Amino acid sequence: MNAAPIAIDAEGPERRAYWALIDCGTIVRRDLTHLVKQPSLIAWQLGFPIVSVLLFVYVFGSAMDVGEGLDYKDFAMPGMFAMTMAFGFMNTAMGVVIEKERGVIDRFRSMPMAPSAVVAGRGVSDVLQAGVDLAVMASIALVIGWRSDGSLPETLTAFALLLWLRFALIWVGVWIGLVTPNQEAAGNLFAVAFPFGMVSSVFTPPSLMPDWLGAIAMWNPVSSTANAIRELFGNPLPTGGSWVEENAMLLAFAWPLALTLVFLPLAVRRYQRLAR
Amino acid sequence: MTSRTEFSVVAEGLTKSFGDKKALEGLDLAVRRGTVCGLLGPNGAGKTTSVRILATLLRADGGRAEVAGFDVRREPRKVRRRIGMTGQAAAVDEILSARQNLRMFARLFHLDRATARRRAEELLESFSLREAADQQVKTFSGGMRRRLDLAASMILAPEVLFLDEPTTGLDPRGRAEVWEAVRGLAAVGTTVLLTTHYLDEADKLSDRIVLIDHGRRITEDTPAALKRAVGGDRLEVVLSDPADLPLAVKAVARVTRGVGPETDEERLSVHGPVTDGVTALTDVARALQEAGASVDDIGLRRPTLDEVFLRMTGKENA
Ligand SMILES: Nc1ncnc2c1ncn2[C@@H]1O[C@H](COP(=O)(O)OP(=O)(O)O)[C@@H](O)[C@H]1O
Ligand SMILES: [Mg+2]
Repeated sequence: MNAAPIAIDAEGPERRAYWALIDCGTIVRRDLTHLVKQPSLIAWQLGFPIVSVLLFVYVFGSAMDVGEGLDYKDFAMPGMFAMTMAFGFMNTAMGVVIEKERGVIDRFRSMPMAPSAVVAGRGVSDVLQAGVDLAVMASIALVIGWRSDGSLPETLTAFALLLWLRFALIWVGVWIGLVTPNQEAAGNLFAVAFPFGMVSSVFTPPSLMPDWLGAIAMWNPVSSTANAIRELFGNPLPTGGSWVEENAMLLAFAWPLALTLVFLPLAVRRYQRLAR
Repeated sequence: MTSRTEFSVVAEGLTKSFGDKKALEGLDLAVRRGTVCGLLGPNGAGKTTSVRILATLLRADGGRAEVAGFDVRREPRKVRRRIGMTGQAAAVDEILSARQNLRMFARLFHLDRATARRRAEELLESFSLREAADQQVKTFSGGMRRRLDLAASMILAPEVLFLDEPTTGLDPRGRAEVWEAVRGLAAVGTTVLLTTHYLDEADKLSDRIVLIDHGRRITEDTPAALKRAVGGDRLEVVLSDPADLPLAVKAVARVTRGVGPETDEERLSVHGPVTDGVTALTDVARALQEAGASVDDIGLRRPTLDEVFLRMTGKENA
């Protein structure tokens, strides 16, 4: 056993900033290694949206009339992209809860590493993973005949908006992960998340829902992102003329911003309060 | 406050409440540099809370604590660079291999890449994990996991190592492995504060034992002195035929060195204090078998934690 003290880097403020970046990178690298070692994780995660796509497009799609000659595929695909991003917060929450339960977060907190790296690292790797998810889904969409009718910049903007929504929900996920006591409780989140994803314009235009439900669905952040990218993909949803739907583009930017502004500080505060 | 150089861990009057539940009610603690201190107490005594406060994970409501010469509240970063901590759960990454785990933690301890690699190899070697180094940790036994956990705490060769119930949930072999690892660390001068609710574990590993309950220190002493106060192992023979009682008393009296065995006629049990338990056990078993006595059960009774508390506090421990 070697007991000689190990030389460690001195800690000036600029060294701290440097190490905060390196620490974040170390955490991201770990998360990506997880992904490489468990490719089934991606399959599992994408299983639900993919099965939904196939089911809705091939089974229900023929019976669905979303109006004004809009192809159901062109309606449902963007919805599915948005929903996958939205449900992503459960992965974040689950990841945080598992680390908390296993004591990994405590180990990190007892170490001289940058505290910000634990949360920032997760944010970066979740966005990277969301990128992979989107790439897989888009490929499947292309295979079943979906095309973006928007220009290249419009199409790229659409994907950026999707990642923007996912980014915002990371903080919701981290916060939930920190306040949930254990994995089981976090698992129950699905029950909450499911209606959250469904009561939206993802599968059905809100104009076809009962008024009160339609109103909720219209104001759902997932709907705004879905509607905005439908526009960008060149297949806008015919609107009932409501303000929310007319301004989907604005809201697809504003909703995630609002979520981030609320939940990022909440998550950070909660992390700091682990010492209470 | 006690001298910095002499003591690696000093706590004075630590208090901590969770809601209206008082976990610590003025805990005092002093661990001499380079020694192993066993924090012994029943579940809920406040062991984990104490260790978490000392390891900068939890803030005390009152009192103060210094670890490796630095105040845990005012200079947590300095403390963190001088401690290792293994919590109640083996906090290692299940999906990574042992080697990847150690390299990752070494980087997070801010070693440069080359040093991190070298340190990982050294630790794999000293914790006998070289052969399993590239296996995923989820395939590891409890003992191996714990050893990896310990190795990860030793990356900076810390001045002070905190171990919270390091062997809880391990099989006897795993416990032995961890004990050996802890002894190795103590041998190179690491100050170790370990918590346990096993009397024998505190006895085997510690230079001093601090007995705590209800968030307070009850007593502190060497394991030998504590055992003397409590009384050591007792040999007990339980018979199935009352007629054999005199035979059993005679057999047990031969190994108790002059202390008369006690007899419980209702349970048909004869018991007395022994020093070398295993020899006494075989001797008595052979004697009774040769005499043809009807033995129902024979065994060594170690004083339980409850009995220790009973002797130390004079009251039953809740
Ligand atoms: N986070 C917490 N919230 C509420 N009560 C707690 C918390 N942590 C510990 N306690 C309580 O504080 C007391 C001491 O707990 P702990 O330090 O874990 O004891 P030990 O490790 O000795 O078993 C127990 O009664 C426990 O229930
Ligand atoms: Mg405990």
